[in-house]
Amino acid sequence: MAFFQAQDISISFGGVQALNRVNFTVNQGEIFSIIGPNGAGKTTIFNCINRFYDLTGGVFLLEGKSISHAKPHDIADLGIARTFQNIELFKNMTVLDNLILGRHRKRRSNIFTEMLFIKPVRLQEIRSREKAEEIIDFLDLEAHRDQLVVNLPYGVQKTVELGRALAMEPTLLLLDEPTSGLNMEESEDLAFWLSDMKEELGITVIMVEHNMRFVKQTTDRVLAIDFGQAIVEGETNEVLTNPDVMRAYLGEENVCNA
Amino acid sequence: MQFFNEFTQTIINGVAIGCIYGMVALGFVLIYKSTEVINFAQGELLMLGAFIAYSLITMLHFPYWLALITTILAMGIVGALLERVVLRPLVGEPAYAIVIVTIGISYFIKSVVSMIPGWGTDTYGFKTPFTDKYVRSGELVVSWEYISIIAIALLLIAAVFLFFRYSRMGTAMRATSQNQLAAVYMGISVTRVFSLTWTIAAALGGIGGILLAPITFVHMNMGFIGLKAVPAAVLGGFTSPPGAIVGGLIIGITESLAGVYLPDGWKDIAAWIILIGVLIIRPQGLFGIQEKKKV
Repeated sequence: MAFFQAQDISISFGGVQALNRVNFTVNQGEIFSIIGPNGAGKTTIFNCINRFYDLTGGVFLLEGKSISHAKPHDIADLGIARTFQNIELFKNMTVLDNLILGRHRKRRSNIFTEMLFIKPVRLQEIRSREKAEEIIDFLDLEAHRDQLVVNLPYGVQKTVELGRALAMEPTLLLLDEPTSGLNMEESEDLAFWLSDMKEELGITVIMVEHNMRFVKQTTDRVLAIDFGQAIVEGETNEVLTNPDVMRAYLGEENVCNA
Repeated sequence: MQFFNEFTQTIINGVAIGCIYGMVALGFVLIYKSTEVINFAQGELLMLGAFIAYSLITMLHFPYWLALITTILAMGIVGALLERVVLRPLVGEPAYAIVIVTIGISYFIKSVVSMIPGWGTDTYGFKTPFTDKYVRSGELVVSWEYISIIAIALLLIAAVFLFFRYSRMGTAMRATSQNQLAAVYMGISVTRVFSLTWTIAAALGGIGGILLAPITFVHMNMGFIGLKAVPAAVLGGFTSPPGAIVGGLIIGITESLAGVYLPDGWKDIAAWIILIGVLIIRPQGLFGIQEKKKV
């Protein structure tokens, strides 16, 4: 059974068909990229998975079960974490606090058990802090641990956002343009972390990405979409050299001249 | 010496009133931070809290402390109900519409209070364990009433701050006020956060009412003190909870001093003069952060 599947997903906003019967399948433990020109509907797919938009047709299946009726804040419970194109962090909190907030659903407590600080609450707290420290170690964030996010450079903020997603201990990680705004070196680091996450943590990744070099370097399989329609899905090299994909990206004439 | 004693008493009275302003202002700030709405019913929540405490103590003969706790819980429920019944259906509507609704709530609470038998438009009082008890030190006489107000208020304010700083839900609430979208992705239920915010704000208003009652008595127009808490909140920057407390203290102390040392009438405008003065020098308020747009 496929780990994650989109079946005939469609959504329209007013008269605009943003996604039109798109299908794709993501296998457990692979890094899967969604590519396409601006406005093709890539981020819309993420927003639908997160239940910010209601699909007008089709369904997402996680390990065979539909997730289309979950509440947006329950998606985290299903093991799905996400980062954003434009960074959505808690800016006036420290890096550590941001990571610990990623643990919100992993902890079970209420005001009374917390006031008494009973054993299960204590253990959860310890576990959360350990996990946060592990991530700080893994992503080299030690130097920024207690700094407010708002004071950090863009590249570091992107790393913190990745860290916060990892703190949720996801089984499926959605990355929206993870390399946008990063320099060469930072992109290299990210590629390295991605392969570690895949090999060591067994996290399945779906990412939306424009940087084709990065896609080639990190990705197992690719889905190309344009105008809300799937063009082709397959092995990375196969998709990137597909004439239809090149046409969608470069335009008709350029392909003829190439 | 005479001057010193009078001055000390005036300051203590000002701090006591200031703590109450601060608590009500804290209610304003909490709701504003999480929902970007100014709750104009905050003053009426204070009034309702005072009436509930009055009934519990004089009609049902509850001991003071039990009445205090019961009122806090009752007002928490009132806050949660208001959020659930009136405000939740308005999520996503423009802020000004919701602000107008809170004005409606304030009139509604006032009318209901005036219609309830035994409450109505008269003025009432109740005894606390501190009524008519004084501390003397030489010539200096301080009423226990005022000391108890300061102690109870500071204790409860500290509890609120500890909750927001250290508890899981408090952290989630701070996070939600900074970035709602990201909070949802962390699995935080924003509706629960809003509901809890109203619960806490209403409870703070209610406590303000109980504490204020021995000073001003219980009557239908107590809610006007909510209007004094607005400059307290603005003074502090409107988004800063510690700012709300400091703002409340500044206004309380100024008012108290103006009442004693300035001619009649200055007391009521002192708060507003301070507010205008501070805003000319620091438009973002004392603790506010000036939002600068990066280009």
